[in-house]
Amino acid sequence: MTSERHGWLDHPLVQLTLVRYREFFREPEAVFWVFVFPVLLTAGLGLAFRNQAPERTRVAIVEGDGARRVQEALAHSADIRAEVLSNTAAAQALRTGRADIVVAPGAGGPVEYRFDPDRPESHTARLQVDDALQRGSGRGDPIAVKDDRVSEPGSRYVDFVVPGLLGMNLMGSGIWGLGFSIVDARRKKLLKRMIATPMSRTQFLASFVLSRLTMLIIEVGALVGFAVLVFGVPVRGSLPSLLAICLLSALAFGALGLLLASRTQTIEGASGLMNLVMLPMWIFSGVFFSSTRFPDALQPFIQALPLTAVNDALRASMLEGAGLARLAPELAIVAAWLVASFLLAVRLFRWR
Amino acid sequence: MTGTAASTPPLLVRGLRKRYADVVAVDGLDLEIWTGECFGLLGPNGAGKTTTIEICEGLTTPEEGEVLVLGRRWGEHDRELRARLGISLQETQFSEKLTVEETVRLFRSFYRRGPSVDEVIATVQLQEKRGSRVGQLSGGQRQRLALACALVGDPDLLFLDEPTTGLDPQSRRQLWELIERFKADGRAILLTTHYMEEAERLCDRVAIVDHGRIIALGTPRELVASLSAEHVVEFAVGPAARLDEGALQAVVGVSAATRRDGTWRVRVAELHRTVPALLDELHRQNAQLTELRTHSATLEDVFVELTGRYLRDE
Repeated sequence: MTSERHGWLDHPLVQLTLVRYREFFREPEAVFWVFVFPVLLTAGLGLAFRNQAPERTRVAIVEGDGARRVQEALAHSADIRAEVLSNTAAAQALRTGRADIVVAPGAGGPVEYRFDPDRPESHTARLQVDDALQRGSGRGDPIAVKDDRVSEPGSRYVDFVVPGLLGMNLMGSGIWGLGFSIVDARRKKLLKRMIATPMSRTQFLASFVLSRLTMLIIEVGALVGFAVLVFGVPVRGSLPSLLAICLLSALAFGALGLLLASRTQTIEGASGLMNLVMLPMWIFSGVFFSSTRFPDALQPFIQALPLTAVNDALRASMLEGAGLARLAPELAIVAAWLVASFLLAVRLFRWR
Repeated sequence: MTGTAASTPPLLVRGLRKRYADVVAVDGLDLEIWTGECFGLLGPNGAGKTTTIEICEGLTTPEEGEVLVLGRRWGEHDRELRARLGISLQETQFSEKLTVEETVRLFRSFYRRGPSVDEVIATVQLQEKRGSRVGQLSGGQRQRLALACALVGDPDLLFLDEPTTGLDPQSRRQLWELIERFKADGRAILLTTHYMEEAERLCDRVAIVDHGRIIALGTPRELVASLSAEHVVEFAVGPAARLDEGALQAVVGVSAATRRDGTWRVRVAELHRTVPALLDELHRQNAQLTELRTHSATLEDVFVELTGRYLRDE
């Protein structure tokens, strides 16, 4: 009753890769976190931080002599919303952030501005209020000026954050995707059972790479497609070069996931280890805000993180249209992580 | 069937030793399994059965000793050797999200030759469950799936580590039937178990293992016969009674009397002659009988005889 294996579908690499898909797509949570969550996050952040006309400056005027005069003067400015309050109410409005500045007209004396110099909007408020009051009292401008308003895709927050989310997603699905499957299989003694067959260990690992690559296309397509269609986020670099960056990044994070899973026996242990490795990158690697905000002393460490290099490369490609040659330094860092993690993982890996 | 040369046994183990930290798991163990036989390693948990079988499977390396599987050593051409083995590990959990058919197809893909997926599923009688997720299978069905995955390569030698542990009696009997059918094909099986019924029913020869060593070896019949007693009488007497052990030993037909946890075990050759004499003796000693049982001697009794403990003692 024996028969030879037949058909490409029965090739072990195909079967192993199919298993990867089945395990992934039959886990609704995984599908949500990898495909849906990044899109929702992009939508949320894009809406929350959409560029809009700056909010009107909120001014509290202390009631009393001259309050009315100040209010009339400020009413000429479209950017200012002023209301007259009692002294205590005005102080409270300033304290709680409902007012950016308090103007006390002063009975005949100088007009007094009360504001917190550490609040950027209070600074702006002071300039605007002073300008409006001085003009209202007859100050003239010696130089003629003209405003030319420019709003260009690529400089908005959503443009900044989408490449960061893409990088974060590549990291998450690479590390979780590979790491969890392997630790789970080891915990269930499935790894041990697999190596008790004539299965090629290379093909076993290759099935993870293959499934990650196809999943990657969907992952990147969903997030970038959504960002381009809904928010008009630019993709100025060539699509092949963007995919090449994603590919290299996915492989590097996959290798890192393999390394983290190389000996871990329990899901809890794996979870802790992965979070320990990913947390610094979520914070430092410029996902939600530029990594240059951190002190100079930290920069060598931050620049060496794989996600920093990935995010920088994705941003330069998408927003500035940089070609692969210009991104060589970043790609070299990612490639170094890939090679080092993989070699170490192969050395440390335990099948049981 | 591609049998090995008649001179090479499917499995030959000499002087096997393996130690974990400060525990000696296997302590100088020899085995020889013949073509067409089902060989059982019977022993309590922790006796070193799993370590032994995993060394034979090439999953654990021994500290000392020689292992010849189908005439070959581990460490050279392992994949070719694996292609001829069928293995069922203790407590493998297959992926719960795959179906029975997908799991069997995956394992089938690792072997160049062997039965078709449909044939294997039919062999282990899982046709009705072929489209079900592994997560929905019962314990017995999971063990049959494990057996299916061990059979996909049409193995010459089958390793089964505790194939029925944790199963209900009905599932256990169903699995026994499947293993018997495989055995009928004339291939060799090494199985470990701590169920003496399993060893008695399935195994042509049994090695009783304790503390990493074989303490008895033979067919189940030979081992039981070594007790030189066909039956075991177990009885208990009222707490006040103090029995004279020497007098019990002297009862006609009694070959041994031991006491354990308040129960006396007496091995006898002929129940109809010894039991009345035994009751007379108890009466003479003024002992109040509270329990009386008899059963035909089993491998369990052999184990008790050799170690003073029961198989299922943890």
